[in-house]
This record gives sequence, C-alpha cells and structure tokens, in this order.
Amino acid sequence: MSQTFILNGKETPFTPGQMILDAARNGGVEIPTLCYLKGAAPTGACRICCVEVKGARSLMAACSTPVTAGMEVTTNSELVHRARKMNVEFLLASGRHNCLMCEANGQCKLQDLSYFYKITKLQFREKDEKDIYPTEDQNPFIVRDFSRCILCGRCVQACNEVMVNRAISQGYRGAESKIVTGGDSPYNESECVFCGQCVDVCPVGALTEKKAKGLGRPWETQKIRTTCPYCGVGCQQLLHVKDGKIVKVTAVEGAQPNQGRLCVKGRFAYDFIYSDERLNTPLIRQKNGEFREASWDEALDLVASKFKQIIASDGPDAIAGVSCARSINEDSYQMQKLFRAVIGTNNIDHCART
Amino acid sequence: MTNSFADFMKAKMILVIGSNMTEAHPVAATFVKDAAIGGAELIVVDPRRTDLVDFAKMHVPLKVGSDVALINSVMNVLIEENLYDKTYVENCTVGFGELREKVLEYPPERAAEITGVSADTIRALARRLASVKPAMLMYTLGITEHICGVNNVMSCANLQMLLGNVGFECGGVNPLRGQNNVQGACDMGALPNVFPGYQRVDNADARAKFAKAWNVASLPDKPGMMMPTMMENLTKGKVKAFYVFGENLANTEPDIHHVEHCLQSAEFLVCQDIFPTETTRFAHVILPAAAWSENDGTFTSSERRVNRVRTASVAPGQAKPNWWIFKEIARRMGHAWTSSSAREIWDNEVSVLAPSMAGIKYRRLEGDGIQWPAPNEEHCGTPTLHRDGKFTCGLGVLKPIDWIPPAEVPDEEYPLVLSTGRRLYHYHTRTQTGRSPGINDLLGEETADISAADARKLGVADGEMVLVKSRRGKVKVRARVTHQVPEGLVWMAFHFREACANWLTNPVYDPITQTAEYKACAVRIDRLT
Repeated sequence: MSQTFILNGKETPFTPGQMILDAARNGGVEIPTLCYLKGAAPTGACRICCVEVKGARSLMAACSTPVTAGMEVTTNSELVHRARKMNVEFLLASGRHNCLMCEANGQCKLQDLSYFYKITKLQFREKDEKDIYPTEDQNPFIVRDFSRCILCGRCVQACNEVMVNRAISQGYRGAESKIVTGGDSPYNESECVFCGQCVDVCPVGALTEKKAKGLGRPWETQKIRTTCPYCGVGCQQLLHVKDGKIVKVTAVEGAQPNQGRLCVKGRFAYDFIYSDERLNTPLIRQKNGEFREASWDEALDLVASKFKQIIASDGPDAIAGVSCARSINEDSYQMQKLFRAVIGTNNIDHCART
Repeated sequence: MTNSFADFMKAKMILVIGSNMTEAHPVAATFVKDAAIGGAELIVVDPRRTDLVDFAKMHVPLKVGSDVALINSVMNVLIEENLYDKTYVENCTVGFGELREKVLEYPPERAAEITGVSADTIRALARRLASVKPAMLMYTLGITEHICGVNNVMSCANLQMLLGNVGFECGGVNPLRGQNNVQGACDMGALPNVFPGYQRVDNADARAKFAKAWNVASLPDKPGMMMPTMMENLTKGKVKAFYVFGENLANTEPDIHHVEHCLQSAEFLVCQDIFPTETTRFAHVILPAAAWSENDGTFTSSERRVNRVRTASVAPGQAKPNWWIFKEIARRMGHAWTSSSAREIWDNEVSVLAPSMAGIKYRRLEGDGIQWPAPNEEHCGTPTLHRDGKFTCGLGVLKPIDWIPPAEVPDEEYPLVLSTGRRLYHYHTRTQTGRSPGINDLLGEETADISAADARKLGVADGEMVLVKSRRGKVKVRARVTHQVPEGLVWMAFHFREACANWLTNPVYDPITQTAEYKACAVRIDRLT
C-alpha cells in the first residue's frame, strides 16, 4: 500500500525515503533547482527549491527534506515564490552575471530563473570587483570564471561523488568561499584529470569550455547523437554542430552505458578531424620514393590490377590485410568480404587481441 | 564481456586484474569507484599501484607475468578450504577433476615464490573472493598481452566458474576492450578463421551460406594468417601485397626495427587512413578515408552493444567512406556489390548473415543500442551471457593450466622488467589525440616510470633523461619516479614515436592468438652522463 502526502492540496503518493523534490516530480509538480545533482547526496545549498511545509518553522529545501505520510507541502504559494525570487536576486548580486558576454547564455539556470521571476534590475549591491577571484584558464580546456560562480557545489559533487576524481572541493569560508583544487592551484597543476564533468553540471557560466568559446550559442547548434571513437566502453555523446562543424561534445543524459559521463578524450579530443594534416587525396608512390597526388580512378585501378596480378602469379594467399578496430562495423565487414569473396583468401585480421 | 557496464555500479565484489581502468577506460572506472565508495569490496591485482588501488580493500601486487600461478593458488585455497561453489561446479561445468589435480600443485607457499605475493595474502584473497556472491571479474591487456595470454584468460574463467559467478548480473568475466570497435571488428569477421558472427571458415555449411550470399562459387576453407605471421611472411616473400586499413603498425607492434623491416619488404603496400602515419611512409598507395564523424555506421562496444555512429561533418577533400573504397576495389575486380550505405550493409547483409545479430536493425538503434545476441527483431538484447550458468556451449569447461614465465626475464645485463600500456591523455600512437589541440599540453612526452628504490640504485633523479635499452633497441626518455611502480619494474607507453616502448618490446607471441608479450621484457637503464 503506498503512502501519501498532500501536495498543493492534492493527495499524492510517495515512497518512504523519497525527498519532496522527487515525490513532487512524480506527482507532476516541477520544483526549480540549482544545486541539486541527480545521483549525488543533496546539499540544500541554493534554497531555490524551497517549499512550504505545514508546521515547519521555515521554508524547507525540497531536495533534502524527506516526505512523511500526511505531510502538507505547498510549492507555489506567494511566500515560496517571494523567497525564491529573493534567492535569485542574492545570487545575481553575488558576481557579474552579464548574460551578453557569457558563454552559458541560453543554457543557464540562473538566467532562466531571473526570467521566470521577471527580474529587471538588481535589488542588491553587486559584489565588489576586488572581492571576486580572478578567472583561471591556464589549462587548455576549461575556463573557471569565478565572477559567475554561485557556489552551488554541483561541480564538487560531480568531481567527488560521480566521477570520483577528488580534484576539487569547497574552499575558504564565508564571503571568501571558492571552489578550489588541492592547494588552490590552477586545474592543470592539480589532481584534475579533465573529464570536464564539472563543466557539464555547472548550471551557470562559471565553468565553460575553452574550445567552444564563441563558436555557437546553444540554440544555434544541432545536437547529433553518436558513439565515442576512443576506448571500448562506447560512451554516448552529443555532437553540437553549427554550420556543419562540431563545436562541442557533451554526454547523452541517462543513456547507457555512460549515464551522462565522459572522459577527457571523449569530451575534448574530437577535433583531430579538422587537422590540416588529414589525407585528402589518394597518393601514389613514384619511382623516386616521393608520393604524388592521384585520382580515385587511378589509385583504385592500380590497387585492383596489382591484386589481380599477384593473385595470378602467386595465388590469393600472397595477399593479406588488416582491418581497423577504430572504424565502423560496416567497414570491417566490407574488408573481410573483399578478402574472402573477391581476393579469395582468409588472410584478414586486425589488432583483435591487443 | 559476459556482463554489462550497468552492472559495475551495482556489483558487491569486484576483482580487477591487469586493468588500469582509470586511465584506459576512465568512464567505466567511475562506476567501479562509485561501487567502492558505496560499500562494494574492490580487489585490485596489478604489479603497479594504479589509481584504483586508492579505493580497494586489497591490492595484490603480483610480479609481472605470474597471473596463472596466482589464480591457480587462489583456486587451490578455494578447493582445499571447501570455499568453492560445489553445486555450480557439478551442474554447470566439466573438468573439475583435472583442474583440481593441477591447482593442487600450486599451494600458496609455492605460488608466493613465483608471484612475490605472500602465502597469507593469497589465502586472504581467496577467502575474500568466496565471501560475496556474485563477484565481478574485470580484466584488460595485463591479462592478454603475454605469451600465455590465452592461459591467463582461461584462468580468469576457471576462477569465476569455480566460484559460481558466471551467468549472473554483477558477475562474469569481463574484458574491457581497448578500442572503440575492436569487438565489432571481431564480430564482423575481420579474423582469419571466422565469417561475421563467428561462423567458422572451415565449416562447409557456413562457407556455402556465405558463398551464396556473396554470389561467388566458393570461398577459401583454410584459416588465414594472423597479423604477426602476415608481417613475417612479408620478409619471406610469401605475402607480396599487404593492405593496412587504419592501423599504425610501425608504432604499435613490438620491436619497431623489425616491424619496419617487414613493412619495407612488402612488394605492394596499400594504406588506407585518415592521416599520414609512420606506417604510410612505406606505402605504395595511400587511400584517404572519411573519419569517425564523417560516416553513418555502428560501433560495437565491450558489452556487445551495437551503437549508432552518425554523420556530423563532411570529410575533407576527396576522402571517402571506407566501405565505399572496398566496394570500388571489388567492382574493379569484377564483383558488383549492391549495398550502397552502411545501413544497407548492416540491415541487408550483416544482420541477415549473423544469427546472433539477426534482430539488430538500424531502425532499432535510435536509442541505447542493442547487446547481441539478439536473434530476432522482438528480442531486446542480452545483458548477461550464460544466464544462470547455462553456457552457450553446454557446460563450462574448467581447464587445467600451468604457469610459464615470460619469454624474456631479467638477467645481469638487463636487470629490469619493462611493462607497457596506455596513459590517460593519449590514445595509441597519437594520430588522433596528438592532433586534438590541448591534449599535448596535458601530456607532451613519454616517461620511463620507475620506483624510488631503483632511482636511488641507479642514481637517477626524477625528470632526468636516461637511456632505456633492451636487446631490440634503445630510447632516450625522461625518468619519472613514482610510487605507482614497484622496484624492478619500468613502465612506459607507446604514444610518442621517439620514446615509444615498442623500440624495446619483445616480438614473442601467444601460440594461439599471436598476441605479443607487450607486458614483459628485460631492459636496463643507463644514465646519460
């Protein structure tokens, strides 16, 4: 028998142990969040998910308050909205949240909340420039703009509880709080392994990708799902494409097997495809040892005729080939078919066992 | 893998052997770490103190190449102390008697001498493994890249069957495959002895089936050569033409001097690649190929999951999809192939010809892909093989196996063991990661990783350039003194040409798979001054 609680006046089921946020979501009521990170222990840090609980002395954080039977929860009262709006106003004053210049424009939860609460001017005095930590971007991939950090702690949770790389944590105290690496050193001099999961979970523009900077706003890019080309885990990626060019790679939320996670190669090592060194025309070696450009017809005719000649003189087993463990299945299928059905040999292998 | 990545986070007991997962399979490792901090028991068997050891209840630092002795001894304890799964062994396996006889030759005291792991630790390891069911075993190339690679793999299987762990969620024997599509290349029959779907070329029915599908009168019945034999036969003139598709053999194979001699000997070498490599230098024809994001297609991951790959950008210049190139060569040799897209190749040929993939069609691959076997289009795939100990082949075969040492062991002249592998930031010979801006900034050169004890003995400071020499070659490389490496071991990768470990590695092979012994050879380190 499922237990129930009262959500905005309506009897709603919940499972024991469930937090208000989850139970409300199941009951069809979305509560906004900033710091909440699925799969990590809720911290209740940002207070954006605050709700009214009858009998409680103050508003409660829905992400970290467990539901009890009969509990009366209100998520949309004036009191709740006033508190959330004020929290947003505090956060807006906590740094420099100027969207025009922000890489996260269009995928920022703080921007969304400000818009939702129709905030048009700052209610509180912005933090002094001198009190904001300077931006750190010594490393090749991640920009840490502390003027945009709202100290929600999602990056810390992603690093410690999800990826378990244990490179960053909450540092200092009070107004001096900062997300730090060990010894507060730059990312590239720290334990950071550049999985970029912190960037992925940052709800604002505090952590952004250096390579993607200026290359496309989220609403301008097409997202194409694909599979990572590196190790054999098969992580599912979204390629963010603008004008036919990949500008960024992120993980597919909730997809098997990686469940929204990527590593440094999967996230940042995609752009080899744009290298100037790509082979872009068939090449044939000349007598002097140098390569010269050739047409496909000429190159393929040469390969076919040479193969035919060797088959005639030495038999099909004098030809051997290795396929590619990096390319698609269909390519390996075609190559072994070429060797078996056309050349007539089973001399086909690849680096299967290494 | 018999099991799935989704099991990792849920597993209660995890045995990682010969796998530096945090660097070679970083995302898979996050799930193992999640399990460990959630309370799962993690045991790491590895000569090096890899990063995963920080999360382990137990680290077993065995000597390089002593895996069979260790596992035999663990099984010895399981049997002697009656800790194995008798019901499972009786109902699901054959060969227990022979296995028992063999492992009784490996009491912990004897194994301790071979492995360098104390008898008490071996006993503790066995008891711990038997204390939780099921336990999940994961391995990588630390197991396979030995002259006894096949035996190492079979030992892992023996252990898991003896413990009754094969055929259950969060159990099984799980090799993490190194390349995105090495599983798929095997599945597709890019192997000398099988057609797609592991149908043997020496089976007349299989040949008849494929001959009909491919519209040819007959197909060769004799298994072909494996890669090392092909290369060797280049020097003997038995192989005249060599077609290398997307491999940089000149850096990846052991003993580069010898490999280059083989490549040099080819009468006609065709290289098909996306970049000029150390290997394409030897080519007579180079064919430019479309890369990863320039193709529609599928990869098959370690967990047998067929995943879609989609086109997101255009290939440069005249580069063409690989399947098209093969089709064009076939046409010029008198064979008209009908499929004219990766989708047509899969839907109309692969899934029709390979029964284990019959149920996999592109229209079913929009989401998370499907794990083969999926024999029909209603089948939703197979996350766990050999379900409930019912093996695909009937009964699981326990095989008695003897330990043999690596082909080359340290001596006075070459007193150190060299073991090799991959590092986090780079991938293989850096054809791709080396050209992805930023990665070289994080790791710009190779190092020879050595212990503080050896550094002291040699008088080598951290960061000093040294000469690492083997009987095959020598490289100048920076020494990196690290607690990860035990005394007597040098550890290097093969990412950088100049200091590539494969100038040093030993071209000796497992007799069955011809996998090279990348994990063990003898070297010496000399100071430069």
